[in-house]
Amino acid sequence: MSGAERYYGLAVLVLVLAALPLALPNAYYYDIAIRVLINAVVAIGLNLLIGYAGQISLGHAGFFGIGAYSSAILTSHFGWRPGLALVAGAAATALIAFAVARPILRLRGHYLAMATLGLGIIISIVILNEARYTGGPDGMAVPPFALLGWQLVGERLWYWTMAPLLVLVTWGALNLIDAPAGRALQAIHGSEIAARVAGVHTSRLKTRIFVLSAAITSMMGSLMAHYLGFITPDVAGFFHSIELVTMVVLGGMASVFGSIVGAAILTLLPQLLATFEGWETVAFGLILVLTMIFMPRGLVPSLRLWLLRT
Amino acid sequence: MLAEFIQFLFSGITIGSIYALAALGFGIIYNASGVINFAQGEFIMLGGMSAVVLTAAGLPLPLAILVAVAVVAVVGLLLEKLAIEPARNADIVALIIITIGVSLVLRGLVQVLFGKNTRALPAFSGEQALHLLGATILPQSLWVLGTTVVIVAALAWFFGRTRFGKGMLATSYNRLAAQLVGINTRRILLAAFGLSAVLGAVGGILITPITYTSYDAGIMLGLKGFVAATVGGLGSGVGAIVGGLLLGITEAMTAGYVSSAYKDAVAFVLILLVLFFMPRGLFGAKVSERV
Repeated sequence: MSGAERYYGLAVLVLVLAALPLALPNAYYYDIAIRVLINAVVAIGLNLLIGYAGQISLGHAGFFGIGAYSSAILTSHFGWRPGLALVAGAAATALIAFAVARPILRLRGHYLAMATLGLGIIISIVILNEARYTGGPDGMAVPPFALLGWQLVGERLWYWTMAPLLVLVTWGALNLIDAPAGRALQAIHGSEIAARVAGVHTSRLKTRIFVLSAAITSMMGSLMAHYLGFITPDVAGFFHSIELVTMVVLGGMASVFGSIVGAAILTLLPQLLATFEGWETVAFGLILVLTMIFMPRGLVPSLRLWLLRT
Repeated sequence: MLAEFIQFLFSGITIGSIYALAALGFGIIYNASGVINFAQGEFIMLGGMSAVVLTAAGLPLPLAILVAVAVVAVVGLLLEKLAIEPARNADIVALIIITIGVSLVLRGLVQVLFGKNTRALPAFSGEQALHLLGATILPQSLWVLGTTVVIVAALAWFFGRTRFGKGMLATSYNRLAAQLVGINTRRILLAAFGLSAVLGAVGGILITPITYTSYDAGIMLGLKGFVAATVGGLGSGVGAIVGGLLLGITEAMTAGYVSSAYKDAVAFVLILLVLFFMPRGLFGAKVSERV
């Protein structure tokens, strides 16, 4: 993506986010928009790992769960401030991600998929079983988010907090990709050994991007927990990991704006299909299969190519 | 003490046999195509569920079992034809995502058609428990073990003695070379999916009288089959069986002596340990990557 194109994209994003409230008739639509914003940030973080570094993770919901439950437990059981709990959750996640990154990222393809999947499932089993703190399968309530005595309540306030955050993360991700580190990452995606020969410290770089992407996911887990006010172990479950990967894949691997589009579609879809109980799983599956067969690059990159051609 | 141990050992071997069948299924498809079929667990669920639905519809059990296996085999063939073949040139991540997609479709369809309830299948030869050294053993466990042994023997014969089985092995060693000596590798690929589906279905039908089944039972069974395959070394037949039994026994011992709540975590802790310390599994081949 060229420099100019990048700023067009960012400008369009800002315009859409600024104009969207005019089109949102009530709190229900605001609610969906906020979920899209939070998921979009997670998807961008995951895309750095999958799309740019070429490392699949089937366990990101585990990191999301650590963030969500750290915030929930530390604020409600121990009386911590939400901001502090969010940072503590992200730090714990980063530490776990860092500890497992070396051995996990040495693996490739199926083995990597299996290891991240195993890690995610272990986290969700712990959350499910430590009912004393987590409420077990029934879930637990989370107090609202507050920072410096300023309480974040109401859909409007959440929207206007999350929208700038998404712009910031998008801008950061776009910069990272074009920075030397980002170029090196894409080299790893192309061929890891060739990247190493060209002087890229592959294992350090992969570890960093894995930790970064896990920490972002954890923070969004914290925010989602405060926003919803109630969480269940499903947030850390295998299915949620698949949902997150689907956002990245559908929108387009290695496309930051694609992740936003993917997050929007995957968040809207269950709302649209809510009346057809059970069919939403079928639809999810079909989307995954059909995208991979007919549009392996994903929506946004395919659309971009098509526009450039005509 | 001893009775308790034998009890745990036996239930471990029983469930381990199912993991081994699933792991063999993973291995056969992996060898033929390099694909890890994340829908393998749905074959297991689909086998059990079809048998339940067919017996509920009035079919006698033996006939219901045969039809159920046939149904799942057709699903396996369709999966290869409709989802894997069109994406033949896709990379590993794409293929993983495709099979995950297929597993969601199958799970969703079963949920829509047959509901979310847990369903049971009658045991093949009654519920009258047998006693061995103070442990009680369900006759269904013997069915599981017996059938698994027969299947493993049949597979050994198939891969070692028949032309088609040897063709499958040759394809897994080197697909291009296999094509050059006149082996139809596309048919082999199709057969691999059919065979894996059959193995999954048989496992699912055998275990349903003991563990029951539901639309989402395939997730854990499939993942644990994959763990078993990886622990043993992907693509290794002996590895799949050892991995399956090892996982089943470890799980049963953990449930019995440590904590039944964390039973499901055993597989995933085991897989992380194996991948960290011997990434190729116990019996896996050493592979070097070409640049």
